[in-house]
Amino acid sequence: MNRLIQISRRNFGLARKCLAVEGDAFRLDEYSGKYLGHRKVNFTEKLEIIDANKTAAIPIYRVTNAVGDVIDQSQDPKFDKDQALKMYKTMTKLNILDKILYDSQRQGRISFYMTSFGEEANHVGSASALEPQDLIYGQYREAGVLLWRGFSLSQFMNQCYGNSEDISKGRQMPIHFGSNELNFVTISSPLTTQLPQAVGSAYAFKRQPNNNRIAVVYFGDGAASEGDAHAAFNFAATLTCPIIFFCRNNGYAISTPTSEQYGGDGIAGKGPAYGLHTIRVDGNDLLAVYNATKEARKLALQNKPVLIEVMTYRLGHHSTSDDSTAYRSAEEVESWGDKDHPITRFKKYISENGWWNEEDEKTWQNEVKKDVLREFGAAEKRKLAHYHELFDDVYDVLPERLRRQRDELDKHIEEYKEHYPVDRILEKKL
Amino acid sequence: MNSRLLFQSAKQVSKEIIRGKAHFTFQPSNGLPAGLENVGTTKMNLMQSVNEAMKIAMETDDSAVLFGEDVAFGGVFRCSLDLQNKFGKDRVFNTPLCEQGIAGFGIGLAAAGATAIAEIQFGDYIFPAYDQLVNEAAKFRYRSGNQFNCGKLTVRTTWGAVGHGALYHSQSPEANFTHTPGLKIVVPRGPIQAKGLLLACIRDPNPCIFFEPKILYRLAAEDVPNGDYVLPIGKAETIKSGKDVTLVAWGTQVHVALEAAQLAKEKLNVDVEVIDLQTIQPWDEDHIVESVQKTGRLIVTHEAPISSGFGAEIASTIQKRCFLNLEAPIDRVCGFDTPFPHVHEPFYMPTVSRVFDSIKKTVNY
Repeated sequence: MNRLIQISRRNFGLARKCLAVEGDAFRLDEYSGKYLGHRKVNFTEKLEIIDANKTAAIPIYRVTNAVGDVIDQSQDPKFDKDQALKMYKTMTKLNILDKILYDSQRQGRISFYMTSFGEEANHVGSASALEPQDLIYGQYREAGVLLWRGFSLSQFMNQCYGNSEDISKGRQMPIHFGSNELNFVTISSPLTTQLPQAVGSAYAFKRQPNNNRIAVVYFGDGAASEGDAHAAFNFAATLTCPIIFFCRNNGYAISTPTSEQYGGDGIAGKGPAYGLHTIRVDGNDLLAVYNATKEARKLALQNKPVLIEVMTYRLGHHSTSDDSTAYRSAEEVESWGDKDHPITRFKKYISENGWWNEEDEKTWQNEVKKDVLREFGAAEKRKLAHYHELFDDVYDVLPERLRRQRDELDKHIEEYKEHYPVDRILEKKL
Repeated sequence: MNSRLLFQSAKQVSKEIIRGKAHFTFQPSNGLPAGLENVGTTKMNLMQSVNEAMKIAMETDDSAVLFGEDVAFGGVFRCSLDLQNKFGKDRVFNTPLCEQGIAGFGIGLAAAGATAIAEIQFGDYIFPAYDQLVNEAAKFRYRSGNQFNCGKLTVRTTWGAVGHGALYHSQSPEANFTHTPGLKIVVPRGPIQAKGLLLACIRDPNPCIFFEPKILYRLAAEDVPNGDYVLPIGKAETIKSGKDVTLVAWGTQVHVALEAAQLAKEKLNVDVEVIDLQTIQPWDEDHIVESVQKTGRLIVTHEAPISSGFGAEIASTIQKRCFLNLEAPIDRVCGFDTPFPHVHEPFYMPTVSRVFDSIKKTVNY
């Protein structure tokens, strides 16, 4: 206390000036080192409130233009023929699969479906730049990522039917795919919950010696509004996790346009504020998505979390429960389809390299259609698992109380068989 | 959340206890759990036994990490004291102040094979994490057809009345979680159980929520077995045998129940059987059934509001399974259907006298 009084008494000339300089330096040092993550900060005497509407938008990184020409040759990832054809085939296979399954829902054969029309390049561009051991958390519109990793047509169809061959045991609505073998965590309907989870997994990988594994989490422009997105960005940055946040900004969250979803510079605009390395990418440009993801993976492995926002457009309806003509014009959809289709753009790349022609296209399309229809028919015919499976996997083992409930159901069904779809299920496993 | 407020009151808890204001008297366990009679003991309070359990969990499992708000310096209740020094900053660390983030992060750690011990500073602030726990943790295994699970997740959080915590530092939200299949819910009554049950939760292959009665952190001290041990999840424990009435409680309320039982013996010559449920989900139905078949009477008591409280589940199950054994209606002595009060806490609580009165009415029915 005495000391404080002494200091306050030195209210003259030079000493006071020295103290001010010293005090300012001390405070700037404290603010920079402890409050602002070592960012250099200065005082200003100019009263200026940052005008959020005047900050420059983060540019959109691209390699090809709207018709598929490579603009700067140094950015061409130089895919070899096999790789490029696998990419193209995955995108087109996804496209055909979507068409058939969408129609089958319309015919009442499966209960629900979601297409990826218009977003094929961001699925395949990102998936192909990752390593198979990288753990993926999807939102729901990432079937192309699974397809790239080798999820079979039969696995897709079995899940959509929830039949006895479904590796997820018929527990969820169609499109909630997942595969432990392919390091793709099973989709859950609640939006954005996967983000903080992916950060947790990334943290677990970081603790492994010589880690060569990252977590990659996909989400949409709407999901980015949930509190879990904020939580995840903040946790990843403060706990320095090996993760890529991959946002598919496709312009709509069901019917809500992005203009009503956020007020700032898109999703990428949030990245630096959280302390995330950030890039905005042309999502319909497979080459750009590939390059960006490859680079992001390198950073992530140095425990620098990265946010990628890919700019794309949802050409299809949100889901089979949605009719998007109620909130957007057919013209708008048509324009996007004509002016910037990711498959057309990449087709130019492989055609110009002499790896693909119209004859190849026709043969391939026919082959895939045939495969999809064959697997579809097979999945449709498969029976459902016995109803006892509805009680499994709630816990690692069946609790006594739940076993009693199962016994009650057995007795009831024995008596009221005719009211239950028992002909659609397999016999009880012994 | 505004939980920092209570950092101060956490200290006040012990002051109040010194002033003798607690609404119950802690009753140390009679004897040690089976098989642990000869391992030696150390006198510990509940905070120390939780700390000891986490230390053992981390010593025996390199993948185990402990995280949450303010855990790095030892935690506002001192449960993680010295653990960062012992295990390093990558295993014991602070997170941003965000319960949904803590829960989601823990699920992801567990799904990737790490043992995750997450601390939510107050049970009252667990609700931002509700979606992650109810929609995600509880269903992770089921929805994937057992391809993935987050069973290595344990969420520890503080629980129950402390004498002055009011609406947001007193709640007992176990019933908010028992309506969600897939979670295991455990509440210990003292240091011995806290150590064994917390270790069991951490090692259980299912996601667990471990509610720690925060008033017991410092107040409850007893001789805790040394070394590594687990107590079984899903098992109730009869802590006082009796032939006239079965009285079921968990957590702090067990001590209220014991006191009421002693009073009933003295004043009414009634032999009350007191059962600590310990695991609220999945709960030990058969244990209660056996007891009620013997006594013919059941009272369940908990601090949480009566309506839709877990006592309702127990009462309903027992009336079905023991209908012909019952000599009196099953009674519930619980908190009222109000938010948790502040200055009127003594009037809200299921006190010794309310439990005693219930025993009296039940035996005289």
